[in-house]
Amino acid sequence: MNSPENYQINSVSSVLGQGATVAWPICLGYIPIGLALGVLAQQTGLSWWAVALMSILVFAGSAQFICVAMLAAGASIPAIIFTTLIVNLRHVLMSSALAVYLPRVNHRFLALFAYGITDESFAVNMARFRDSGWDRWQALAVNHISNLVWILATITGSLVGQLLPQGAFGIDYALTGMFICLLVFQINGRIYIMTGLLAALISVCWYLLIPGDSYIVGASVCAATLGYFLQCRYRRNK
Amino acid sequence: MSFSDYLLLFAGMGLATYLPRALPLLYLSHKQLPQWLIDWLALIPVAVLSALLAPALFTDAATRSFSLGKTELIVAIPTLIFALKTRSLGGTVLVGMGLYWLTGLFI
Repeated sequence: MNSPENYQINSVSSVLGQGATVAWPICLGYIPIGLALGVLAQQTGLSWWAVALMSILVFAGSAQFICVAMLAAGASIPAIIFTTLIVNLRHVLMSSALAVYLPRVNHRFLALFAYGITDESFAVNMARFRDSGWDRWQALAVNHISNLVWILATITGSLVGQLLPQGAFGIDYALTGMFICLLVFQINGRIYIMTGLLAALISVCWYLLIPGDSYIVGASVCAATLGYFLQCRYRRNK
Repeated sequence: MSFSDYLLLFAGMGLATYLPRALPLLYLSHKQLPQWLIDWLALIPVAVLSALLAPALFTDAATRSFSLGKTELIVAIPTLIFALKTRSLGGTVLVGMGLYWLTGLFI
């Protein structure tokens, strides 16, 4: 009855099912944000195929929002790519942390898995890996189910966007709202609050004094470095 | 922008997104990053998000000047409280959008 082939099909569908059970809150969060991104992109002049291309090649919500905002502001292609790199550098840390749970896994799996590492899938998978009984295939399913939902939501947004008047339903605030919540997720002690406040202060001053968009990179690096030294001092004094 | 411009932009962004996610997994899975780098990188997300957010809340983009009464800032306060209480990403986005929309209708 249970030929190896059947067994494989059963296990693939059960892994997908377990992945979906865990991924649905991520998907629920992605749908309004993806729709909002699609609408904003459409209002900035990107057609649906450009949105599809972006979501497939760049699975990174905040970087995509920033890209749309920078395109609207007339930023250059190298400036957008560089900003994307800076914004996504945080994934170096997440990728390193996940590597602990994927020792000696073959490179093809890791290459496929890495594509779907986001702030949300990272948070969910790390929590599951810590409680044992979570394997890498389920983690991969979480990454790619949320990825698929994201791509579909952004394309839908770009198609529906044509029907909505500009600024409808406060869509312009979607990015700000998402950043506020992601910021809350990041607050993990008073050093993080200090670093966030320093980054806010430095970025506002930098933005007011220096033209262009170097304030994002400049303020982040300055604030993280200052926060790091504060942390060192705090640890030494303890 | 033409198709090739978009392709160049998104391919570049794709690499800038993929490499930071893939390289540590592929090459550092057996090694340990130096502790100072781990500590510094841990502070990067909060710094980046705050640096993105603060100018949008406290400055006027058109004149590039300091501003304390923006709708964005007023709406950010209940949105932040909602995010702190619920820790729901989708919910926070919807609440922020709704409040911003309503504020726009009444002010």
